[in-house]
Amino acid sequence: MNAAAVGTYEHASHDGAAHFSKPLIYFGWDEHMMFAAPIVQMLSLDTTFEELMQQQLPTLYGAHPDFARIRWEQVQWFRGSTMFTPRASGTLAEHGFTHKSVLRFRTPGLEGLRGSCG
Amino acid sequence: MDKRVEKKRLSQRERYASMTHDLHWDTTFQPMDKVFSLDKYEGIKVHDWQAWEDPLHRTMDVYWKAQGERDKKMYAVMEAFAQNNGQLGVSDARYVNAIKIVLQAVAPLKYMLHRALALSSRQIRSDALRIAVQMQASNSLRHFQAETHAASVYNKYFNGLHQTPQWFDHAWYLQPVKSFADDAASAGPFELMVASAVGFDTLLSDLLFVPFMSGAAHNGDLSLVSASFSAQSDVVHHKTHGIALVKFLVQQDAANLPIVQGWIDKWFWRSFRLMPMAAMMQDYMLPKRKMSWKESWETFCEAPVRALFAELAPLGLRLPSGWEQACDSKDHLSHQAWNAFYGFGDALGFHTWIPGTDEMAWLDRTYPESFDRWYAPRLTHYAQREAAGDRFHNTALPMQCQVCQQPMMFTETGKPRWIAYRETQHQGEAFHFCSDHCEHIFTQQPAKYVQAQLPSHRMLQTNGNQPEPLKASLATCTMNIGRDNGGFANSEDAINFENWGGGQDMKEAQL
Repeated sequence: MNAAAVGTYEHASHDGAAHFSKPLIYFGWDEHMMFAAPIVQMLSLDTTFEELMQQQLPTLYGAHPDFARIRWEQVQWFRGSTMFTPRASGTLAEHGFTHKSVLRFRTPGLEGLRGSCG
Repeated sequence: MDKRVEKKRLSQRERYASMTHDLHWDTTFQPMDKVFSLDKYEGIKVHDWQAWEDPLHRTMDVYWKAQGERDKKMYAVMEAFAQNNGQLGVSDARYVNAIKIVLQAVAPLKYMLHRALALSSRQIRSDALRIAVQMQASNSLRHFQAETHAASVYNKYFNGLHQTPQWFDHAWYLQPVKSFADDAASAGPFELMVASAVGFDTLLSDLLFVPFMSGAAHNGDLSLVSASFSAQSDVVHHKTHGIALVKFLVQQDAANLPIVQGWIDKWFWRSFRLMPMAAMMQDYMLPKRKMSWKESWETFCEAPVRALFAELAPLGLRLPSGWEQACDSKDHLSHQAWNAFYGFGDALGFHTWIPGTDEMAWLDRTYPESFDRWYAPRLTHYAQREAAGDRFHNTALPMQCQVCQQPMMFTETGKPRWIAYRETQHQGEAFHFCSDHCEHIFTQQPAKYVQAQLPSHRMLQTNGNQPEPLKASLATCTMNIGRDNGGFANSEDAINFENWGGGQDMKEAQL
């Protein structure tokens, strides 16, 4: 059932790719909830992981004391719940990201303020 | 001398029948299905419409008289409070921020509920049920008015209360409440009534209007407390109606059982997803504390809801599907919510702060399992940053759940270290959820939720180029950034309250 309704009930999503100038990408830093929730950004799928590590992620998460201690070579990356190993020069599109994909990263050994995941 | 004729008095039951069932007639110029066009499409089958009765046998004349008396008492207290400058007698001006949330989130929800119930009541062919729902509709309007009047005395002296209906429609952090109201109001009449009985009345009202309002009284706010206690006495009737309705539906036809159970699952969960604000009000916004959110949950939700479903079990109904997860969160919810709202503190319609030393100790005592392990370190870190003149501001746009529209701040059951992510593909597009239960609500009726206007997404479209789109979006709905929100210390509210000598009575009372 699409929806209980008296007549035809069809509605389009407001969030399809065509509604945005660039695709939506969600960012989540696992075990770091000082930022309360994952973050949504409009971002070109041509963005490389090098750019992400040097530009986007520091802007989003640089305020956290753990951020400066991240050892990027040890970071585990996830597209949604699927783990993958990105190339620094690889783009989001090349690693399978599309509009409304989730990019999660995990930083082993760094578990938030006093190990609280905060 | 003539013998006086005894005037025949009807019993309560006879009077109830004469003013409900006996008023009924089947229409003949137009078919009943056309006159009452919405009471079948949800799939509910009713064989005997006259079988529903208000267990309290309340008639409209009794209703109006009782409500008139209640209003008289309530307004007498509010008037005395205002005459006495009661706003200066509250424990601490931080408390007033809880009133702001009631006026921004709860009162408009009641107003929406009034509209939905009034519309739905018109659609039901059972006279007795129609009249009961009409009473609920006018109760909800009464509650909205009472809360608005109760807050009006504060509006003269404090910021953040001046344009709450507009904020309800537009402010990003109130959209979970608005989306809840829109979902309920666009449901059929029976779903709305089950939503009302299971969601609004059993969860929202009992947790907010009993333990929180006892705390509000303890903090000197007799104005809002008189409105809320007056409302709560109505809610007791709503629950009685709602439970009678659930039993009636299930008994009328076996096909109704899965539909009703589905609504119970859905509306329990949607209501539970409105709890973050209530939870943090209880634990963080009552400067004088009595009962924690966790204790409130156990006393005013866990115990009575278990008892209710034990009573409903013989009919084939079970506890809502989200029940275990909801109970699991009682150690975490208020802390996760306050963390989120503190972070977004300059993009809200109220002030936030770090609890004082005594308050941190109280939180630690009342939450031995969770507070020190998971939540105190964040608050300590924020306090250090504040002391260094560098308050933490979360300026990022939060990812939001497609159904409840809350920021995705909730953790997995039993695993407070992991944020819960759920994803479903629908017609070639990814949709994201905060929980299995919100995902399930979506997959049951995707057409209803694909059209959601998620605040973060809209802000990216309209204010995406601004450095702080959350703040920018509030400035367009008449919120005064930096005056209505931000840290409490040094706010206009804090300075005024101090200059007016506010809170002195409470301090003296404690000496």
